[in-house]
Amino acid sequence: MFRRTRKASDFGAEIEAHLAMEADRLKEQGLSDEDARTRARVAFGNVTRVQERFYEASRWPGWDHFWQDVRYAARMLRKSPGFTTVAVLTIALGIGATTAIFSLVDATLLHPLPYPHPEELVRIEDALPGAGVTDAGISIPEFKDLQRSGIFQYVVLEIFGSANLTGASQPSRMQYEGVSPPYFAMLGVKPELGQTFDPQDQTPGFTLDVVISDGLWKRAFGSDPHIVGRSLRADDDLYRVIGVMPPGFRDPGRTVGERNTEQWAALGFSDDPAQAPNRSLRLPLETVGRLKPGLTVAAAQSQLDALVASLREQFPDDYPADSKWTVRLVPLKENVVGNVRQSLILLLGAVALVLVIGCVNVANLLLARASARSREMAVRQALGAARQRLVRQLLTESLLLSLLGGVAGLVILFCMKGFLLRLIPESLPRLNDLSINWAVMLLALAASIAAGVIFGLAPARQAGRLNLANTLRVEGRGSKGSTEQTRTRRVLVVTEFALSLVLMVAAGLLLRSFWDLYKAPLGFNPQHVMSVQLWLPSPNDPHTDIYGTAAQEAVFARELLRRSRLLPGVQEAALGAEPSIPLHHDGNRSALIVEGRQTQSKQTPLVERSQVTPEYFHLLEIPVLRGRLFNDGDDENAPLVAVINRAMAETYWRGEDPLGKRLRLGAGRAGVGQRASKTWITIVGVIADARTESLANASVPQIYLSLYQETPKELAIFLRGDLNASAMPEEVRAMVQSVDPELPVYGAQTLNDAVTSSLEQRRFSMEIVGMFALTALLLAGMGIYGVISYIVSERTHEIGIRVALGAQSRNILGMVVREGLELAFAGAAVGLVGALIVSQLMAGLLYGVRPTDPATFAGVALLLIAVALLACYIPARRAIRVDPLVALRYE
Amino acid sequence: MLQGTLDLLILRTLIFGAQHGQGIARAIQQTSDEELLVEHGALYPALQRLEERRWISAKWGTSTNNRKARFYTLTSAGRKQLVKETSKWNRLAAAIGRVLESEEG
Repeated sequence: MFRRTRKASDFGAEIEAHLAMEADRLKEQGLSDEDARTRARVAFGNVTRVQERFYEASRWPGWDHFWQDVRYAARMLRKSPGFTTVAVLTIALGIGATTAIFSLVDATLLHPLPYPHPEELVRIEDALPGAGVTDAGISIPEFKDLQRSGIFQYVVLEIFGSANLTGASQPSRMQYEGVSPPYFAMLGVKPELGQTFDPQDQTPGFTLDVVISDGLWKRAFGSDPHIVGRSLRADDDLYRVIGVMPPGFRDPGRTVGERNTEQWAALGFSDDPAQAPNRSLRLPLETVGRLKPGLTVAAAQSQLDALVASLREQFPDDYPADSKWTVRLVPLKENVVGNVRQSLILLLGAVALVLVIGCVNVANLLLARASARSREMAVRQALGAARQRLVRQLLTESLLLSLLGGVAGLVILFCMKGFLLRLIPESLPRLNDLSINWAVMLLALAASIAAGVIFGLAPARQAGRLNLANTLRVEGRGSKGSTEQTRTRRVLVVTEFALSLVLMVAAGLLLRSFWDLYKAPLGFNPQHVMSVQLWLPSPNDPHTDIYGTAAQEAVFARELLRRSRLLPGVQEAALGAEPSIPLHHDGNRSALIVEGRQTQSKQTPLVERSQVTPEYFHLLEIPVLRGRLFNDGDDENAPLVAVINRAMAETYWRGEDPLGKRLRLGAGRAGVGQRASKTWITIVGVIADARTESLANASVPQIYLSLYQETPKELAIFLRGDLNASAMPEEVRAMVQSVDPELPVYGAQTLNDAVTSSLEQRRFSMEIVGMFALTALLLAGMGIYGVISYIVSERTHEIGIRVALGAQSRNILGMVVREGLELAFAGAAVGLVGALIVSQLMAGLLYGVRPTDPATFAGVALLLIAVALLACYIPARRAIRVDPLVALRYE
Repeated sequence: MLQGTLDLLILRTLIFGAQHGQGIARAIQQTSDEELLVEHGALYPALQRLEERRWISAKWGTSTNNRKARFYTLTSAGRKQLVKETSKWNRLAAAIGRVLESEEG
């Protein structure tokens, strides 16, 4: 195409030679020198034309024109840096933000499970709707039924916990997971080193083989290449490492803790440490399965329903009709996307709106420029430029603009990648590592080019249709094309306003929700409180457990409290089980059996329960409403007592006095809750509801036991006082390890931080949507400013006449501002309708504010109109200053 | 002159040996008994086109009266092309002749 083996000068030389030879020949025929040369030229024809043809033929002419267009476009863009900067930045923002958000959505919503054939993976949830229980746990016989059902390739039970890893430089706590042996086979992931469990293993209890994560391998074993076969001590039990998982591998769990599992142990669940199989003994386990290939979730569900129905008939005692036992299959990806789908879709919607508003704005700018240049276009056409050529040149300009914007967006995105990744809260569930999605980036670039073509075309078409005579005569003002242009631009501005209003209402509602949640009375006082966690080992052999009995642990707990009070700055100290840490997301739920009601149903609801020492409620300033709190007399030798919150009293003893009522709790995690599951517990007090479980929900039923009576393995130390947050974790560690050097101390935090971080995800959505809304507002403001400025400059002549005829500046101001307000009102009206629809869709993300909150709607509409006023005021001021003499002489 | 005929004439002329542009122009004019008046200038873009298609090759040399000139030679591809074009031309000419005769009749 660009082959050019011959230079034009060579071609010229050939022509010269031709002319010389022809002249020679003619001279031989007797012509004079001069005549011969003239005749030769005449016979040759137009030399220049021939040279041009050579030039054109030897290259691709389109390419030359294209380069010429690009160079010209670049020159034009350089000539108006303001326009270029605004347009490029707008496109850059749209493309950068779209790519960033879409990358996030891609990693979480679209490809949530990084395992082969993720669509086959399901969570299996037992529910007892009759007893009001949704996540009822599973019994071992039911598990065996599922395995035999023929619906699944694999069914796996999982139990999550943490264990003390000892033997390394510092005892540490790690997240472990007991799983049925086919766990890794089910997920379809191969180890990086060694092997995983044999899916056929039938060992009833622990096999003492463990697989560890890449992180633990690096952290605790210094990436030892000979790790396979080495032992590891967890909770004083000796395990053998048989494999290391690859770096990206994560458990598809529901919480951050579960997803951060570092050690997997194969567990048969039908012998120690689990209890003997019994159909009505529901264990708080997760059940995950992989469907047979080709089976849809719906088809599997109907097969499963049939199985459940036949089991209910077969075991009427275990499945009383009123409990309505059901088993539901949930796609496993819901673990990851279930909680955030709405937020992410909202973000995606918001960013798409910003992109559209950005494109509209650029279109507006391009139109404005086109009308400003209509005279230039007319002159060029009058001088003989082909219309097609002009259109192509304008298109080149807008393409160049969008390409520049695209590249700028990507450069910005690339530079800010680290910063943006840090914005994303850790609690946002994802199993994939986030990366910029290059495919999306290309798509966004293509979108910007498409925008460039579409919006470049409109002015280009208008340029092609210019009425030359008119345009030239009136010097580019008041030409016929501009009426149509102005209408287009008005429509664009109204669109911008409508879309901005939608975004701003969304942002406003999120902001109000966040604020309400932030300001919601907590029911406890997090000020000056720190919590630090530690974990007592629970070895599989009870004889090696030095904290095995309540009495043994109570001694330790009292010593811990005594030493805690001696730490610098500490005024109060308390101990609790891990679930007693406010806003700690790994709750601990136990089956609740109320005395006198057990005949109703064998199936029981689950309640949040934890254990605390008597000081806990005073330390967190949770007031007692009825009865009493714990006291030091509620120890291992006294009868079991419980304190419940008001929500629990309302739920189970509505209209009755809960004091003195007795209940029993089912076993929680393995090895915990033995005593409470065998003995009646008497309720001695009712405390006020506090948002210790969830900021958004103050009334989660909760029950507290005395820590000395029901000793937990996972402990939290609570300290109140004038604490040094940075030095305290080390002080506590030293203090705990002065009692027992084998204990890991971790998870130190101030309760204020806990409150803040539980708002993280909402804060994230709010900030991002807010940022987008502000951008949209700015763009809409720019849009209306542009249009009004244009109208003012177009009507300078008219304004001049009005002023000359005695119009006051007040009249002129009103006239211009009215133009702008009309647009703003039209946009706001359309936007309000859109916002009503969108706000209904995002109702699930709101807290304490109705989706139709009039204050938000009114406030946003007013803000938008204020911005419009401001944007009109500047050109309006220019209109007032129009000097009638200058304006009239202008033409 | 018909599109493509100039190419054919050039190729035909070169069958007698290497020739420069002016020579080709002269030859066409003489062999056609001055019937085909080629504007000399039109010859050069055509020569350029044929050269790019590699039907002819070119080399600077010296003319009989000692002037520097660019000499064109027929390549083997050009020879094939000439055969093809000639038969095509003959068929076309015959066809046109038949049409004209039938109209006369």
